[in-house]
Amino acid sequence: MKVRTLLKKWLVSEELNQQMDKIQKPVGSLGYDPWGFNVEAAKIAGAICRPLYEKYFRVEAHGVENVPAEGPVLIIANHSGQLPLDGVLIGYAIATRKKEPRLPRAMIERFFPTVPYLGNWLNQIGAVLGDPVNCAKVLKRKEAVIVFPEGIRGSGKLYKDRYKLMRFGNGFMHLAMKYNAPIVPVGVVGCEETIPAFANIKPLAKLLGIPYAPVALPFILPAKVILHFGEPMHFESGDVTEDEITRRVESVKAAISELIDKGLNERKRLF
Amino acid sequence: MDNKPEILITGAAGALAQQVIARLRSRYRIVAVDFREQAYLGEDTSSYRIDIVKRDFEDIFRKHRIEGVIHLGRLITSEDNRMRRYNANVLGTQRLLDLCNKYQVGKVVILSTFHVYGANAYNPVPLNESAPLKAAGLTMDLVDSVELENLANIYLWKHPNLNIHILRPCNIVGPGVRNTMSTLLSSKYSPVLTGFSPMMQFIHIDDMADAIELAFIKNHPGIYNVATDDWVAYQEALVACGCIRVPLPSIPPIVPKLLSQMLGLRSFPPFLVNYFKYPVILDTRLFTQTFGFQPKKPLHDIFQYYAEQK
Repeated sequence: MKVRTLLKKWLVSEELNQQMDKIQKPVGSLGYDPWGFNVEAAKIAGAICRPLYEKYFRVEAHGVENVPAEGPVLIIANHSGQLPLDGVLIGYAIATRKKEPRLPRAMIERFFPTVPYLGNWLNQIGAVLGDPVNCAKVLKRKEAVIVFPEGIRGSGKLYKDRYKLMRFGNGFMHLAMKYNAPIVPVGVVGCEETIPAFANIKPLAKLLGIPYAPVALPFILPAKVILHFGEPMHFESGDVTEDEITRRVESVKAAISELIDKGLNERKRLF
Repeated sequence: MDNKPEILITGAAGALAQQVIARLRSRYRIVAVDFREQAYLGEDTSSYRIDIVKRDFEDIFRKHRIEGVIHLGRLITSEDNRMRRYNANVLGTQRLLDLCNKYQVGKVVILSTFHVYGANAYNPVPLNESAPLKAAGLTMDLVDSVELENLANIYLWKHPNLNIHILRPCNIVGPGVRNTMSTLLSSKYSPVLTGFSPMMQFIHIDDMADAIELAFIKNHPGIYNVATDDWVAYQEALVACGCIRVPLPSIPPIVPKLLSQMLGLRSFPPFLVNYFKYPVILDTRLFTQTFGFQPKKPLHDIFQYYAEQK
């Protein structure tokens, strides 16, 4: 497409181009994969993300090397901040690491594919609909997947509930066990402060068919973001009860909680 | 008269059927049937203009010793009204399958469509053959497509002697194809939904004819998706074909459907609007592995054909 080619020419530096070329993703003859990922669009998104990551949010990413260089892996993080900025920043951190970069897939809320432009744009940079079948198919292709098990309970929570982990779904643990995928826990600090919400107008959300309608500032604050990637956690597959699955999910939640505390202790100021 | 086994091909006047006939006529004696017109296919072919729901259709089975049937003669979603499509596609197919059973036909290939899966925002990618058929939930206008499949499925299990193959192809495109997608790619101005460009798969008519030939000859009954393992966004496909995109408002969802109805867009009918919004991507592995199918025409060649027509 002409616009995309021009944007790539204007925005994507040679260094970023080379970095992204290190990441091999199977795509068809026109640069797309079945979920809509597009190599050129991902490069443009990388170029747009760069100043946001480096200058606006001044992201510090610790332990990013804990994400294995290959094979299926689930990157499990706390979710916050009304918009999926946390997923974008985690993805950028892994895609731009010096050694063995990967471009993870983010599982997105079911609401996003229904939003004009945004749904397609998220697909083009590698996000896929957060559906267990989709996640299984991506893991089968030995890809890295970012999952926020809190879902909209996490992203839509109010500022007064910041850094309180909401209920985790168990789906990701079933998939990790089935596909023998290690889990890398990630604690995200800072995204809670990017769009602090003070109330949720539920009737309006219902009317508009959106997951939540936050009362928040109409812009994104430049909060400093700290990402802590934990050591990979391995869970054996086998016929285990749902209670045992829940216990395992709780252990991941505890690991994320520790990583969040670590980030909060390191943080000197909000902005 | 030679001793070649006789096979019946419905929808014989269509471009796809003609390709299939060209591939099979050296091995089989073709009995061609179409309700639209009598297709002239040479002296070695018996050609009939007849509707399969009519009583005299059975005479063809009495006259010829039909050993296999390739059922391509279905009304596509943009053709005729809902009732006519139901009669032709569902009741017609039922009659055909009953006759196949009565006259001990040993092999049946039925052309279905990817539309049966339904274009839904929550569709996983890719969809394999066991995915639920949600099209009927979207619109009554696709009920006949789903019912045809259900019917074929019942006969597949109830009458294993028929060796039924159900093929669910993605968008069939290329020379002579007159379905909605081919019309859109051929048009100078083609509608798109603002902010939506779902991933799509396209299969060239030559490759689809090869797939039907393979399914008929190799005979592994079952349900199969047929598509290429190559994907492109709808709007990018239009640009590659030299089309000028005409954006229609996409939200709220009722608006594009109303516009399509008011403007009488035959190639962009209201009940197919969701297919231009959400992806229906097929998992091709089962057909590829079972039949060793390898499509030959790349997307670039397909789009170049349409671009050169303008």
